[in-house]
Amino acid sequence: MTLRALMKFRELILAGILIVGVAAIGAYQPVFLEWENISDLLTETSVLFMMALAQMVVILTRGIDLSVAANLALSGMIAALISQYYPETPLVLMIAAGVLVGLLLGLLNGGLIAFLGIPPIVVTLGTLAIYRGMIIIIAGGDQVNASEMGEEFQAFPKLVVFGLTTPVWIAIVVSVLFYVFLNYSRPGRALYAVGGNPVAARYCGIDQRRQELLAYGISGAVSGLCGYLWVARYGVAYSEIANGYELTVIAACVIGGVSIGGGVGTVPGTLLGALFLGIVMTALPVMQISPFWQMAISGAVILGAVVINARAEQRPDKLILPEARRLGRKVPA
Amino acid sequence: MSEPILTLSGVSKSFPGVRALHNVSLTLHPGRVTALIGENGAGKSTVVKILTGIYRPDEGEVRIGGAARHFSSPRDAWAAGIAAIHQETVMFDELSVAENIFMGHMPVGGARMVDWAEMRSRATELLKRIDAPIPAAYPLRRLSVAQKHLVEIARALSHEAQVVIMDEPTAALSANEIDDLFRIVAQLKAEGRAVVFISHKFDEVFRIADDFVCLRDGEKVGDGPISGVTPPQLVRMMVGRPVDQVFPKRDVPIGDVILKVEGLSNATEYADVSFELRKGEILGLYGLIGAGRTEAMQGLFGITPITRGKVVLEGREIAIASPSDAIAAGISYVPEDRQDQGAILSLGIRENITLANLLRHVRGLFLSRASERDETRRLGNRLAIKAANWEQRLGELSGGNQQKVVIAKWLATHPKVIVLDEPTKGIDIGSKAAVHEFIGELAADGLAVILISSELPEVMGLADRVIVMKEGRIVDEFRRGAWSAEGIVGAATGAHREAA
Amino acid sequence: MNVGAPLPAESRYTVLDAPPRRIRDVLLRWEVILVILLAVTIVVNTMVSPYFLDVFNLADATFNFSEKAIIALAMAFLILVRQIDLSVAAIVALAAMGIGYAAEAGFGPLELFAVAILIGLLCGAFNGLLVTYAGLPSIVVTIGTMSLFRGITQVILGDQAKTKYPAGYLDLGQSYFIKMQETGISWLFVPPVPLSFLIFLVLAVIFGIFLHKTRVGRELFAIGSNPVAARFSGIPVNRLIFLLFVLSGILSGLAGALLTARLGSMRSNIAVGWELDIVTMVILGGVSIAGGVGSILGVVLAVFVLGLVTFGMSLNNIPGQVVSVYIGALLIAVIAIPRLFGRARRF
Repeated sequence: MTLRALMKFRELILAGILIVGVAAIGAYQPVFLEWENISDLLTETSVLFMMALAQMVVILTRGIDLSVAANLALSGMIAALISQYYPETPLVLMIAAGVLVGLLLGLLNGGLIAFLGIPPIVVTLGTLAIYRGMIIIIAGGDQVNASEMGEEFQAFPKLVVFGLTTPVWIAIVVSVLFYVFLNYSRPGRALYAVGGNPVAARYCGIDQRRQELLAYGISGAVSGLCGYLWVARYGVAYSEIANGYELTVIAACVIGGVSIGGGVGTVPGTLLGALFLGIVMTALPVMQISPFWQMAISGAVILGAVVINARAEQRPDKLILPEARRLGRKVPA
Repeated sequence: MSEPILTLSGVSKSFPGVRALHNVSLTLHPGRVTALIGENGAGKSTVVKILTGIYRPDEGEVRIGGAARHFSSPRDAWAAGIAAIHQETVMFDELSVAENIFMGHMPVGGARMVDWAEMRSRATELLKRIDAPIPAAYPLRRLSVAQKHLVEIARALSHEAQVVIMDEPTAALSANEIDDLFRIVAQLKAEGRAVVFISHKFDEVFRIADDFVCLRDGEKVGDGPISGVTPPQLVRMMVGRPVDQVFPKRDVPIGDVILKVEGLSNATEYADVSFELRKGEILGLYGLIGAGRTEAMQGLFGITPITRGKVVLEGREIAIASPSDAIAAGISYVPEDRQDQGAILSLGIRENITLANLLRHVRGLFLSRASERDETRRLGNRLAIKAANWEQRLGELSGGNQQKVVIAKWLATHPKVIVLDEPTKGIDIGSKAAVHEFIGELAADGLAVILISSELPEVMGLADRVIVMKEGRIVDEFRRGAWSAEGIVGAATGAHREAA
Repeated sequence: MNVGAPLPAESRYTVLDAPPRRIRDVLLRWEVILVILLAVTIVVNTMVSPYFLDVFNLADATFNFSEKAIIALAMAFLILVRQIDLSVAAIVALAAMGIGYAAEAGFGPLELFAVAILIGLLCGAFNGLLVTYAGLPSIVVTIGTMSLFRGITQVILGDQAKTKYPAGYLDLGQSYFIKMQETGISWLFVPPVPLSFLIFLVLAVIFGIFLHKTRVGRELFAIGSNPVAARFSGIPVNRLIFLLFVLSGILSGLAGALLTARLGSMRSNIAVGWELDIVTMVILGGVSIAGGVGSILGVVLAVFVLGLVTFGMSLNNIPGQVVSVYIGALLIAVIAIPRLFGRARRF
C-alpha cells in the first residue's frame, strides 16, 4: 500500500502509534499505566484538548490565532479578580464571565480580520501583545494568589466525578460539541468550504465574514473557559501564565493532521495530536527522562508530523501513459 | 415562443476607469440555448456576474418571470433559480461530491443537523439523471475536469435552476466529453430550462445554440436566432471591422536542423518523445487535452525532471536540469496558464519583460533602469502592446496584452527555439490574428517555433509540420500539403471515433 | 535575431515610460507614514522627558533593539518571499550556548563570533532543506525547529548558566565601538555607537542596496509576487529560498554572539519571545505578509519607531507589557487605518 493510501487512515495510525507508545512506556514503568497517572495525564492535557480544537476551527478557515494564550491569561485574570473582589458571586457566573471576556476578545480578532481584511497573523500578533499588556493594567501590576481566590473557585477543577476530574469532563463535553458542530451543522461544514476554496464558498452563498467571526469567536470563548480552568487549577493569575502556549496549541493541531493551508482537519485527529503532546510532556518524568528533553522531543514530533501530513496532502501524479495508468503509479525506469 | 424566463433591461455596470456594461438588454426563453458572444473584455463575464449575484448593476434591472429581482449575494441568485458553470471549476477539492453539490443548502433533519444520508441519496439521484457514473461519496480531488463539470451541472440541478449559464465549458474537454455535455444541454432544454452558452468556438455555438446575443465593448450589438446569421457576420459584429484570414501563413525558408530531441521520457506523463526541428520552421504539436504535450515540453524546458532523453541543440548535446539551463541554451517556453505561470500580475510591464533576462541589464553590480526601459520600449512597440505607461501593473491590462508581455519577456532572452503553449487560449479574435501574424514573423526571423495547440484550424493554418501525441507518445507526423483534418484528428483520437 | 519592423499598430497610442508623479502618491507611501510616526514619537518623548535626547541614553537604547533588528533584516527577506522563520530566537539560544562552551574552552572573541555564525548557518540550512527540498510550509517547520533547537539547548545546558567569557569579547558587546568624539563646535560631534548598532546600520545599507538595486533583489520580489511564474522565468526559486533561510540562521547566530557579549551570561531561556517581536518589526516596516511588497527602509524606520517608543516609555517607568499594548495597537492601527479609508493598500 502506498503512503498516500495509508494516509486515509491517518487517525487510526496516530492512535495506533499512541497505543504502542503508551504500552511501551507502561512496560518500562508500570506506574505510568495506573489509573491515577492516566487521570493526571488527562487533566493536565484537558486544556490543550480544548484549545487545540478551538485553534483548529480558526486554521480551517485559513486563519491562525496567535493571541489564544494571551486571551486565556486575560480571561483567567478577570475571573480571578472577580473571585477576589466579589467572592459572593456564584461560581457559574464567574466562569461565564471568563467565557464572555474570551468571546469578546475573540470577536475583536474576528472583526478586524473579517471586516477590515487584515491578515490573521498580523491581527493576532497585535492582539497578543495588547491582551498580555491589559493583564498588567487591569490588575494594577499585581497578581492574584491562591489565598485571594475563592475556595469554591479553586476546588471546582479538582472535583472528581466518576473517576475523572471536572476539567476532563468539560473537555469531553466540549469535544462532543465540536464534533457535532463541525460534522453535523451547516455553519460547521461551511467552515471547511471557506478554508478549502474561499471563492467557491462565496459562489455557494456562504458569508465568509460571518464564518470568520464565528471561528474566532469560538476560539476566544474556549480560551476564556480554559483561562478560568488554568488559574483555578494552579491557584495563581498573573501576566506570564501560558506564555508561548499558542505555539504548543498550533503544534498539537499540526500533529493532529490539520492543514495550515485550511480546509482540512478533524476532531479525532486534533484530539490525538493534543494527546500526543500531552503524553510527551507527562511521560518524561515517569520515564525518568529529564524534563529538559521535553522541548526537543516535541520539536522532533512536530517535524515528523509535518512531513507526514505533507506527503498525505500531495497532489497525485498525473498518470498519462497507459502503462502508468494500469499500474496506478510511476512506471519503473 | 413562450414567455421569457429572464430578462435583463438596460443594465449598466461601471468600475473605476472602465465601463463594463452599458444599457444591455437581453431575454432568455425556456427550452432554448442562447449563445453569448463577444471578445474578451466585451462584458460577457460581467453579465454572468450580475446574473449570479456577485455584482449589482448600477442601472437597469433583472426580471425573472416578469418580476424585478435584486440579488444582494450569490445566495439570492441561486434561490431565484440561476446557476453557473465556470470554465475553471470553482469547487472544493477536499470535500466529497455530495457536499460539493449541496454546499450552502445542505438538507437538514431533526434539530437542524445535516442529514448525510439524504444528501448522499439526492446527490446520487441527480448524478444519475445526467448519466454521470460518479459515486457521491468520492472526494472531488480525484475527479477529472470533465467529471467536475458534471458535478457542477448536478449542483445547478440541485437548485432547481431554471437558467443554467455555461462559461467556456468545453475548454478542457475531449471530443467525447463535449458530446456528453451537449447531450446534457439538450436534456436541460427538454426540461424547459434556459441555457446560456458562452464560447469562443463557433462550431460549437452553431451546433448547440438556438439564439445569440453579441456584445462588443460593453454594449449589445446584435441578437436573434442563430439560424439567421453566418460566422463571418458574427465575427464582424464582435470585432466591429471585417477580419480577413485569421491565419496568414508566410512563406519562410526553412533552414538546418537546430534542435534534435531523442527519447524524452518521464515516469508518468510521456515516453519516447523524439523529433527534429529546423530554423524558421513552425512545428505544430497537436493532440487531445491531456495527451502529454505540455508535460513533454515542460520536461524539455527543465520545469519537471525527465527520466531519460537527449537534447541536442545546434549540434551540441545539452543537459537541462532547470529552466535557467534551458534559457541559457536558447530555449524559451511560453506557458499555457498565463495568469499563474506566465505573468506576474502585480509587477509592472517593464519588470515582467526583463525578468527572464536580468543579467543583460546588470551594469557592474546593479540593474540599470535605463537599460531595462530601452528593452521594454523596443519590445513593447514591436508587439504593439497597449498600455498607459511601461510601469503599469500587468494585472490592469487586457488578456491579449498580458500575453504579448509574456511573449516579449521570452523574446528578450533571444531564444533560438521558442515553445508556445496554447498562445491564443482565451484571447479575443482581434488579438488572436495579431499573435498569429507575429508567430509567422518569429519564424521569418529564423527562430524555430513549437506550437502546442488544440485548435486544429490554428495548427493547420500556421504549422509547416504537425506531430500528434496521444497518451504520452508521438503517434504520427504530418507535413503541410500532405495532411488532412480527418487524418490529424484520427491520429489524435486513435482513429476509433465514429464518423462525425 | 533582428528586431524587425513594428507590427501595424494603432498609432493613436504612445506609451509613456512611467506614470506622471503625483504628490499624493508620494505622501501615501508606507515609509512616509513611518517617518511621520517617528517624528511624532521623538517630539512627544522629548516633551515628556528631558533625558530622551541625551546622546548617551540614545546610544544605550540601541543596545536593546539592535540584535533583534539585525535578525529583522533577514526576516524581511523571508517574509518578502512568502516564508517565515519562527525559529530565530531558538537559533540565538543555540548559538549563545555554543559560544558559552567555546569560551570555556578558551577561544578568543573573533572565534566566538565564528562559532555562533557557524551554528546559525547550520540551523538555517536545516530549516532551508526542510522547506525547499521537502516542500514543507515554513510556518509549521519553523515552529517545529523552534522547539527542537531550544530543546537541544535545554538538553545540553539544563539549568546551568554560562558566565565565563574573555574580556575582549565582552567589551565588544558592552562598550561603544565608536567612541564619542567632540569637536570645538557644540552641535558637531561623532556620537558613541555600539558595535551591534553599527553592524545593524551597515547591514541595513547593504541589504537595502541589494534588495532594490541588484538582479537577485528583483528576483526576490518576483518570487514573492508569484513563485510559480518566477520559476517559469528561470529564477532558481528553491535555491534562493534555501539561501535566505541560511542567511536568517547566520544573522541569528551573529545576534546571539552580540547578545551574549552584552549580557555577559546566558541560560537556556535567552531571547525567548524574540521571534514575534522581530516579525512585528518587519510587518510594521511595510513588508506584506502576502509577499512581493516591502522595503528595507521601511523596516529600518519601523525598528527606530519601535526602539524609540520602548526607550521613551522605559524612561517614564512604564512596564514592558504596557509598552506591548501600545506596540500591538500601533501594528494593527497602521494597517487598519488605511483600510478604513478604503484605499487598497499593500496588503
